[in-house]
Amino acid sequence: MRNGEPAVAVDGLVKRFGELEAVRGVELQVAAGEIFGFLGPNGAGKSTTINMLCTLLRPTSGSARVAGHDVVSERDDVRRNIGLVFQDPTLDNYLTGEQNLRFHAELYGVPRALVPERMRQVLEMVGLWDRRGDRVEIYSGGMKRRLEIARGLLHSPRVLFLDEPTVGLDPQTRSSIWDYIRRLKDAEEITIFMTTHYMDEAEFCDRIAIMDQGTIVALDTPEALKAGVGKDRVQIHTDDDGAAIEALRDRFGLEAKVAEGAVTFAVPSGEAFVPRLFAELGVPIRSVSVSRPSLDDVFMSFTGSTIRDAEGSANDWMRMAARGRR
Amino acid sequence: MGTPAPAEAGSVVRVQVPERSVRHDLRVVKIVLHRELIRFWHDKMRIVSTLVQPVLWLLVMGTGLSNLMASGGPSGEIDLKTFIFPGVCAMSVMFTAMFSAGSIVWDREFGFLREMLVAPVSRSAIVVGKCVGGATVATLQGLLIVMLAGLAGVPYDPLLLLEMIGIMFLGAFALTGFGVIMAARIKTMQSFFALMQMAMMPMMFLSGALYPLSGLPTWLSVLTRINPLTYAVDPLRQVVFAHLDVSAELERTFNPGVTWNGWVVPVWLELLIIVALGPILTAVAIWEFRRGD
Ligand SMILES: Nc1ncnc2c1ncn2[C@@H]1O[C@H](COP(=O)(O)OP(=O)(O)OP(=O)(O)O)[C@@H](O)[C@H]1O
Ligand SMILES: [Mg+2]
Repeated sequence: MRNGEPAVAVDGLVKRFGELEAVRGVELQVAAGEIFGFLGPNGAGKSTTINMLCTLLRPTSGSARVAGHDVVSERDDVRRNIGLVFQDPTLDNYLTGEQNLRFHAELYGVPRALVPERMRQVLEMVGLWDRRGDRVEIYSGGMKRRLEIARGLLHSPRVLFLDEPTVGLDPQTRSSIWDYIRRLKDAEEITIFMTTHYMDEAEFCDRIAIMDQGTIVALDTPEALKAGVGKDRVQIHTDDDGAAIEALRDRFGLEAKVAEGAVTFAVPSGEAFVPRLFAELGVPIRSVSVSRPSLDDVFMSFTGSTIRDAEGSANDWMRMAARGRR
Repeated sequence: MGTPAPAEAGSVVRVQVPERSVRHDLRVVKIVLHRELIRFWHDKMRIVSTLVQPVLWLLVMGTGLSNLMASGGPSGEIDLKTFIFPGVCAMSVMFTAMFSAGSIVWDREFGFLREMLVAPVSRSAIVVGKCVGGATVATLQGLLIVMLAGLAGVPYDPLLLLEMIGIMFLGAFALTGFGVIMAARIKTMQSFFALMQMAMMPMMFLSGALYPLSGLPTWLSVLTRINPLTYAVDPLRQVVFAHLDVSAELERTFNPGVTWNGWVVPVWLELLIIVALGPILTAVAIWEFRRGD
C-alpha cells in the first residue's frame, strides 16, 4: 500500500461452487483512501467476492492483493490489516458490547495499554459508549450493526469491508451509519469497500462497481455512470395510460411502462422532447416531469431490471426477520 | 485530515496489529477460555439442568437399587449410592464437556465463529482455548456434584476433593477434545445433539459408572475396556474407596478395578491413558480446523 500501491487489487478472480460459477473473472482496483461501492442484485456474487478478499474463501482461480498482500499466500498479513462487517451478524449476544470488543482486541493482539482508549474512541464514534455494559442480546438491530462497525475498526485496519452494513435498518439509523463512515474516512486514513442495495447510498461512494451474475458490468464514479446512460426519465400522468403507452410506441418508437403510478419512459434530452410530446401524442396529458438519470436508471441499463424489481423490499424484511432471530 | 468530528476530541489512537507470536497465542487461549467461563456463569439454567440428571441417578437409582441389594447381595456397611457416586461425577463432567464443545456449532450457526476464524491467529490457539475452557467449565460442574458427597456417604476430605478435581479435569480435557472433533464438521445444533446422544449413552453405559466391571460376559468386557471413559471412572472410584473404611470382601465386589485379561491395570496407567488422550484428541481437532481453512 506504500507508494501508491492500490488498497485492493483484484485480477481475474473466479469462484466456483460445484457447477455454479458465482464469481466469473472479476478485475478491479481500489485506491488507498477510496470509498468503493459494490452494487448488485441478490446472488450477484458480492459476498462471495468479499469473502475471498478477506481470506475466508479460497479463489478457484485468479488472484487478489489486499493492503499489499496476497489473499492466498499471505493470509495472516491480510487479516492483520483488514476490518470486517459481515452481511450476517457475528456478535456474541451473551456478552456485553464491551466484552465483545475486548474479545476482539485480544484476538488481534492490540497492545494492552492502548485498548481502553481505543475502545472508548470507537464506541463513542458509533454512539454506544453509554450502552457498553449492556448485553448485546438487548441491543436493537441498528445498535448491533453499529457495534459491529466499531469492532471492525478497533484494530485500526487499513481496509474496512462492509457487506451491506445498513440492510434492514430504518432511514435514520442508515443515515447515522453513513455519517460514521464518512467521518471515518477523515479520521482514520482508511479504505472502505462496501456492498449495498440502496441506490441513494451508492451515491456516497467515490466509485461504484455494478455486479451482475458474477461479473462486473460497469465501474466508474456515480456521476460518470449517470452521464453514460445519456437519457432522461420522463413521467406523464394521463387520463388513459393504456392509450398513451400505445401511442408512444406507435408514434415515437418508445417503450414505456407504468411505474409509480405514471407512464414512464426514457429519452435523450427530455426537456426538448416535451413540446413534441404534447403536440403529437393525441392523448390528453395532465402533468409531466423530466428527471436526470439516477443510479437506478444506470442499474437498469446495465442489468435490465431496476434494483427494486431485482430485490423487492419484501426481501429486506425477510432478511431482517432472519437477523432478528439471532 | 478533514473537519474533525465532534465525537473524537483528541487525536486518533492508531493501533498496530503485531506479528504472530507465542505471547499473542497465549492471549487468544486466555480470552477464549474467559469467554467460556462468562457464558457458563451466565447460563444458570444450564448449570441447574446439568445437575438434575446426576442427582436423579444418585438419589433415585442409587436409593432404589440399594433396597434390592439389601434384600440379597453382600450389602453390609456400604451403600450403592457410594458405589455410583464416582460414576455420576464422571457422567456430569462428560455432559458438560460435550456441551461446551457443542458451543462451537452454536458459534458457527450464529456467526461468531467467523469473527474468530478471520482474525490473524492460529487455529491451534482457538482450539486449545476451547478445550481448556470446556475442561474448566466441566470441572466446575463436577465440583458441584462432588459437593453432594455427603448424600452418598462419602467423607468430605480436602485431599479426596483435590484428587477428584484433578482426575475430572484430565478427563474433561480429553472429552472436550473429542467433542470439538465432532463439532468441527457439524452445521446445526440439532444434528450435534443427536450425535452427542448417540455417542454419550453407550460411553456412559459401558464405562463402569453404574456397575462393577468384574465378571462380565466377554463381549461386554471387551467393549468396556476399549471405552476411554472407563479409565476416568475407575481412578475416581479408587480414590473414593481409598478414603472409605470397607472390608476386603466388599472392596472386591464394588471396587474390582479394571483388568486386562486378568491383569489389574494400575491407576497410574489409567491416568496416563487419559493424560495422553487429551493432547492427541486436541491435535486431531486442530488438524480438522486447519483442513477446513
Ligand atoms: N458456500 C456456498 N456454496 C454454494 N453456493 C454458494 C455458496 N455461497 C454462495 N453461493 C452461491 O453463489 C452465488 C452468489 O452468492 P453471494 O452470496 O455472493 O451473492 P450476493 O451478491 O452477496 O447476494 P446478496 O445480495 O443476496 O447478499 C449465489 O447463487 C449463491 O447461492
Ligand atoms: Mg451478500
